[in-house]
Amino acid sequence: MSDNAVSSPAELEEGVSGFTQDWTSDKQTFHAPWGKAMMWIFLLSDTFIFSIFLTSYMKVRITTTVPWPNPSEVFALTLFGHHIPLLLIAIMTFILISSSGTMAMAVNFGYRRNRKAVVWLMGATALFGASFVGMQAFEWTKLIVEEGVRPWGNPMGAAQFGASFFMITGFHGLHVSAGVIYLTYIAIKVGRGDYDRSNNYEAVEIAGLYWHFVDLVWVFIFAFFYLW
Amino acid sequence: MSEAEGQQHPIKIYLWIWFLLFVLSTLSYMVDYIGYQGMLRWSLILVFMFLKAGFIVAIFMHMTWERMSLACAILTPPLVILVLIGLMVVEGEYTFGSRLSFFSS
Repeated sequence: MSDNAVSSPAELEEGVSGFTQDWTSDKQTFHAPWGKAMMWIFLLSDTFIFSIFLTSYMKVRITTTVPWPNPSEVFALTLFGHHIPLLLIAIMTFILISSSGTMAMAVNFGYRRNRKAVVWLMGATALFGASFVGMQAFEWTKLIVEEGVRPWGNPMGAAQFGASFFMITGFHGLHVSAGVIYLTYIAIKVGRGDYDRSNNYEAVEIAGLYWHFVDLVWVFIFAFFYLW
Repeated sequence: MSEAEGQQHPIKIYLWIWFLLFVLSTLSYMVDYIGYQGMLRWSLILVFMFLKAGFIVAIFMHMTWERMSLACAILTPPLVILVLIGLMVVEGEYTFGSRLSFFSS
């Protein structure tokens, strides 16, 4: 924050000598707004949670002697008589990437002090997120009701498929849902002009970090669970 | 770079990365659609995955423009996960082997 008189940006060096300087100064290490640093540290801990889920999924998939259900087939949709593999998952991926783009633009317009654009772009991001959760609900329903997938077994193959799937996508979906609420809240505050009064749009960037992380996790889930 | 201005960069960069993310996602979907198998499939999936993750963290999350102390504090700890993955692969192969020798007949 600006009231921190530890060192003005003028005396800060870049690169390796800056790294040494930051860690040896016996003072403030991260020359970033505290909210941003804390969000990064939260995301780091979340990285570990998702990594552990994905690693345990890897482990059960290695150890099972029963063939793993083919995700390409399990998540295929038949549309207008065409059998398209992974269709819904592909749409969900594109929706999440679109939302990441609108969020990045919202952060950018925030620093340009374009309040209207920020509200619209964050609203669009939240709507994309909500539609993602909706599609996930559809996917879960289809899997549970039509395909008979349960956490303890399924008709297609290895019993661990259901437990891994519900755990990993469920936890991710929870993050998306929380993100939609978080973004809506920040968008309302932007719309009210809270950040124009404080002349500080960092809250938008911090919310953006969270949202990009949700997209980042999906990149890994998409690669390891659906494509592998 | 001045922290007072926040992370302000040309919109062009964001649009480019956005576009690239769409292209990379399409490519990784095509891997499944075309139906590549084996090593080719796995390496393509990993390449596209790491490129996408890298672009998101570096540009969308502004890590390129953050100071090195923050970047190192956030980006190095996840590397220990590689140790866990390595251990679990070894352990997993062993479990798989034991299950084959003792539980299948």
